Amino acid sequence: MSDGASRAKLRLENISKSYVRKGRRFLVLDDLSLTVGEGEFVTLLGPSGSGKSTLFRLIGGVERPDAGRVYLDGADTTGRRGQISYMPQQASLFPWMSVAANISSALATAGIERRRAAALAEEWLGRVGLGDVAGAYPHVLSGGMQQRVSFLRALLMPRGVMCLDEPFAALDALTRADMQAWLLQLWEEERRSVLFVTHSIEEALTLSDRIYVLSPAPARVLREIRVPFPRPRRQEVWTEPAFVSLKQEVLELLSQRGAAHGV
Amino acid sequence: MAGSFWRRALLPLGTLVGLILLWQACCMIFRIAPYTLPQPWDIARRMAEDGPRLLDQTWSTLRLALKGIGLGIAFGVVSAVLFHLIPGVRAALSPIIIITQNIPLIALGPLLIIWFGFGILPKLILLALVCYFPIAWSMLAGLGQAAPHLREYLAMIGASRFEVLRRLELPASLPYLFSGLKITATYSITAAIVAEWLGASEGIGHYLVLKSKGYDTTGVFAAIVCIVTLSLAFYGLAVLLERFAIRWRPERATAAEGGKAS
Ligand SMILES: Nc1ncnc2c1ncn2[C@@H]1O[C@H](COP(=O)(O)OP(=O)(O)OP(=O)(O)O)[C@@H](O)[C@H]1O
Ligand SMILES: [Mg+2]
Repeated sequence: MSDGASRAKLRLENISKSYVRKGRRFLVLDDLSLTVGEGEFVTLLGPSGSGKSTLFRLIGGVERPDAGRVYLDGADTTGRRGQISYMPQQASLFPWMSVAANISSALATAGIERRRAAALAEEWLGRVGLGDVAGAYPHVLSGGMQQRVSFLRALLMPRGVMCLDEPFAALDALTRADMQAWLLQLWEEERRSVLFVTHSIEEALTLSDRIYVLSPAPARVLREIRVPFPRPRRQEVWTEPAFVSLKQEVLELLSQRGAAHGV
Repeated sequence: MAGSFWRRALLPLGTLVGLILLWQACCMIFRIAPYTLPQPWDIARRMAEDGPRLLDQTWSTLRLALKGIGLGIAFGVVSAVLFHLIPGVRAALSPIIIITQNIPLIALGPLLIIWFGFGILPKLILLALVCYFPIAWSMLAGLGQAAPHLREYLAMIGASRFEVLRRLELPASLPYLFSGLKITATYSITAAIVAEWLGASEGIGHYLVLKSKGYDTTGVFAAIVCIVTLSLAFYGLAVLLERFAIRWRPERATAAEGGKAS
């Protein structure tokens, strides 16, 4: 699915980025290349601080890479904003807008006509069981519900690639498992092209088609893993032997690097 | 719920009534001359007798203050937004604005009268100058305070500068605007009194001048009561407006829910 580079929805080519801090240059991303195919769920798995959010900022056009290009649908969109849909680490809902307005105003930014945006928000909130809180302010929602709204907002954006930045990191383990199942089901119905960031190996293996394992900063692709489990995927996929051995493999990969760095 | 109401409303009210009674008692016991310190009872009687005139004067002061606040809000909000959008303007103009804020009202007033005569114009300019600053400055602070993660989100989805302003910065600055408005609300009354004191044919400030020139201390106190009432009313109005405009705040909403539940 992802092999033909021309068919890639999103392609990053040799991306490098460094920041200057206290007069010194820190390399954050080191010659990173990756692709996300049409309807593919790709995960970036990397330790904290390895530069995953930075990569998203480059894809979103909020910053420019020092070197390398970003291609969406084959077109060079390096440094161009408004090309992707995005779900941030925190829910980032606007406290002064109702849940429905939070979604519809984002859709309006993406060019959907106001009335249609409102109708879409209404319809989808009902569909995922959040119809009751559509008119409420976000602060009355639980953390899990806020993330659902945030995900919905990203899902409904009419853009080719969804970038999800550790959407469940702030949730407790039970809510997190719940959210994974929910997201899995929704995504398998919709089959959008997704670039997902996490530092949970289980989460990556449960959700993805493919995983890029990143090194600690400066981030480099350590390995690309194709996840073999069929779709629709069961939530209990973690009980399979192949899951356990893959997890083992990734763990070793990351700890090896860690040890190498420690020396 | 009831307990908190008693504590919040009745305790301060009780203190106030107690203080007035004490004042009344002192005046009677020590036989203080009315032109030194009039009895509260006399002040109340005077206010009743002179009621229509006091109301009239207060009304005219209120209108002047409202005009000043209106001008302050209009100029304050517009210039805060401009300063925010065009960073150079802020640096260029802030010394002038700070200088105007530091000229004492009592010095500025006569100057304005020399330049613009005794009409409404110098009074409005004085009031606008006073009302402008708290609004503009707190609003400007608020516009820069918008949560960084929301700013980042809007940038990532490609929102325009105008959308960032309308959807994030303006709503985020509202609480700041209202804290400025609360300050301005009481400032505006003081400024209106000063303006009327300096040259006017009506208003509670004018009334105050007449009474103090005639050594009518009771009359002066009657005017003071009107002025304080007006200030408090303005402040209360600003608080009400704030509650009405900012309904998304978690603490208010949970308090309201708790009230409903109990
Ligand atoms: N604007 C910036 N200026 C300077 N340094 C920055 C900037 N943004 C990020 N960095 C640095 O780049 C590195 C990578 O940050 P980034 O937020 O991309 O990591 P991350 O992989 O998303 O981490 P986490 O998993 O904790 O979210 C960090 O060391 C961070 O301090
Ligand atoms: Mg991050």
